[in-house]
Amino acid sequence: MQTTTQDVAVEAFLPSPRPVQLIDPTGAEVTQEGTRRPYAMPTADRLQDVWRHMVLGRRFDLQATALTKQGRLAVYPSSRGQEACQVGVMRSLTTRDWVFPTYRESMALVTRGIDPVEVLTLLRGSAHCGYDPMKHRTAAQCTPLATQLVHAAGTADGLRRRGEDSVALGFIGDGATSEGDFHEALNFAAVFDAPAIFFVQNNKYAISVPLSKQTKAPSLAYKAVGYGMACEQVDGNDPAAVLAVMDAALRHCRGGSGPFLIEAHTYRMDAHTNADDASRYRSGDEVTAWLDRDPIARLEAYLRARGLLNDDQANAVRQEAEALATDLRDRMNVDPQVDPMSLFDNVFSQSTPQVEQARAMVRAELDADQEEGR
Amino acid sequence: MTTLEAPAATQTLTFSKAINQALRDAMAHDDNVLMFGEDVGVLGGVFRVTDGLTKEFGEERCFDTPLAESGIVGFAIGLCYTGFRPVVEMQFDAFAYPAFEQIASHVAKMHNRTNGSVSLPMVIRVPYAGGIGGVEHHCDSSEGYYAHTPGLKVYTPATPEDAYWMLRAAIDDPDPVVFMEPKVAYWNKADVDTSAPGQPVGEAAVRRPGKDVTLITYGPSLAISLKAAAAAAEEGWDVEVIDLRSIVPLDDRTVMESVRHTGRCIVVSEAQEFAGVAGELAARITEQCFHSLAAPVLRVSGLPLPYPAPMLEHTYLPGVDRILDAIERLQWDDEPDLTHHGVQS
Ligand SMILES: Cc1ncc(C[n+]2csc(CCOP(=O)(O)OP(=O)(O)O)c2C)c(N)n1
Repeated sequence: MQTTTQDVAVEAFLPSPRPVQLIDPTGAEVTQEGTRRPYAMPTADRLQDVWRHMVLGRRFDLQATALTKQGRLAVYPSSRGQEACQVGVMRSLTTRDWVFPTYRESMALVTRGIDPVEVLTLLRGSAHCGYDPMKHRTAAQCTPLATQLVHAAGTADGLRRRGEDSVALGFIGDGATSEGDFHEALNFAAVFDAPAIFFVQNNKYAISVPLSKQTKAPSLAYKAVGYGMACEQVDGNDPAAVLAVMDAALRHCRGGSGPFLIEAHTYRMDAHTNADDASRYRSGDEVTAWLDRDPIARLEAYLRARGLLNDDQANAVRQEAEALATDLRDRMNVDPQVDPMSLFDNVFSQSTPQVEQARAMVRAELDADQEEGR
Repeated sequence: MTTLEAPAATQTLTFSKAINQALRDAMAHDDNVLMFGEDVGVLGGVFRVTDGLTKEFGEERCFDTPLAESGIVGFAIGLCYTGFRPVVEMQFDAFAYPAFEQIASHVAKMHNRTNGSVSLPMVIRVPYAGGIGGVEHHCDSSEGYYAHTPGLKVYTPATPEDAYWMLRAAIDDPDPVVFMEPKVAYWNKADVDTSAPGQPVGEAAVRRPGKDVTLITYGPSLAISLKAAAAAAEEGWDVEVIDLRSIVPLDDRTVMESVRHTGRCIVVSEAQEFAGVAGELAARITEQCFHSLAAPVLRVSGLPLPYPAPMLEHTYLPGVDRILDAIERLQWDDEPDLTHHGVQS
């Protein structure tokens, strides 16, 4: 008689055969067929709320891109086009849940309520992290790929051990799923039944390398199955579907059934960062085709058709977005105050003689500069 | 109307183009040379160092891999078993750390572990160090980790000519070479003669002769050392600047000859000073030139801190002033002043 390692049928872990979709690109409601779980349309106020945050998020993103062109940000990885993921995920979580973001999640962090200027500190170049991770339950944005997922797995396990009813969610891109740390994180989370959600934004490219050169798997969601983890794939440009799948994942994790992986199929509308030349590896036609799947327009069409959004409400949100952009521009146009002496403050919690010698040297240099009026 | 001409042997190249040309020439010369890594294909690498190689040699010879540094280096080891000479690109210094296990446990030791039966003629290209306003994890000086690992050669060219010829030598070398490319030098331009081999690897270059003080440096710190030497000349010090070119192997002869001649020495490097390459040099010089030294060997280095955010890197990096200060501290009078060395008199 054959038994599997764990006495659980593989079927329990498989994702839906096609990405879950609740609203199609024209804004029409989609009937659910063949999905692994029932996914219900989120309530009207949640959809209105997500629409508002997507409009704000996109305006923030465009402003950040503009700040790069003005030399105010060293670099900016845009998430324009990925609003349904960035906003949908954050509006599903509570403030008790932990988030482990990458460099691309600026919009998600702004949606979380972190001051946009603090969010952009890393990319502005005045410090490695501009906000307090403990206060916001939001780790510093992570640049080395996939390393944050192992942290998310550990935090999730800690939450479980403490009996907290919260989850740790880690964002990751399609390319970074090839990193060893991705696999170790999944395995750890699964083995320890940790309430972790791994949210893969499959935006089709890792800088210039397309998904087809990254993996032969039929879906990145399937990677969870091998670790004994439940998973789902979702249309990452459908905000309603992202909310519904996030709800399912949260129920799963909070109910003590271990981690959950979500693959969101989306597209990166802009280049990887302003330093990248996307015309070298993808066609304009491909980008244009994705314009038709815009998450904001899609939800807007759905809401308007049902009388859940009118011109006045839409204009009010757009004005709010303009105000956010103006405020951000004004505050980012002030040169940040960076104190060289702050360099020495947090290398160790208890400083070392070497650090203190270096501190004294720089202090003396600065004092000498000041005396000479430099 | 011009006819097709063979490319001139001497070309004006940027440092990054010189590496590109070296790869091109090595790949044309030997079909076993493969170039791979993240974004090195269609995009030509994030610094465009591999620009056009896929077009010229095809996807079989210059290709994008899945995003996994450990995988890239481990894969290269496997290719060596079958006679290839892989050149791999680590996108940035700090992103080679996922591959460190492969590099330290396998690349460096394979020849030794197999009693000399397996050779790994691979080159691991690492754009490294700072001075370019990069965000965190893009500016590490990681040469010390590699230099401390027996079994690895560690080259760090500072000029376009060295970039070309040292990479050609690294690819030809039967042993693994970690090829450290100072990012800050990528845009420097100079004439490169691609028909005649440059100075052999393993020999340091005297970039500026002088008789009062020796500055020993390499890679990212050469430019600032030359600047400091020029500034020191205005104050009457005749400073000699030595560019190591390769850290492993290290050219003791040129270093010691210079120090015996000047009697005073400062090692300039961007890496933090503690337990690093600069300390190794200071120790060797003390051992070999003790009787010629008029002052302790000093180090001017990056600070003992994680590499800071871009707006603070000018405070972190050793600059002309710190080098000039060190020159002043080299006990030019008869009263030794050791207060700067943690020794209270
Ligand atoms: C360990 C590591 N290797 C390489 C890099 C350089 N790098 C930064 S972003 C990136 C592409 C990531 O692509 P993906 O995971 O698909 O995420 P996306 O940027 O598309 O959101 C690369 C190669 C890095 N940051 N970390």
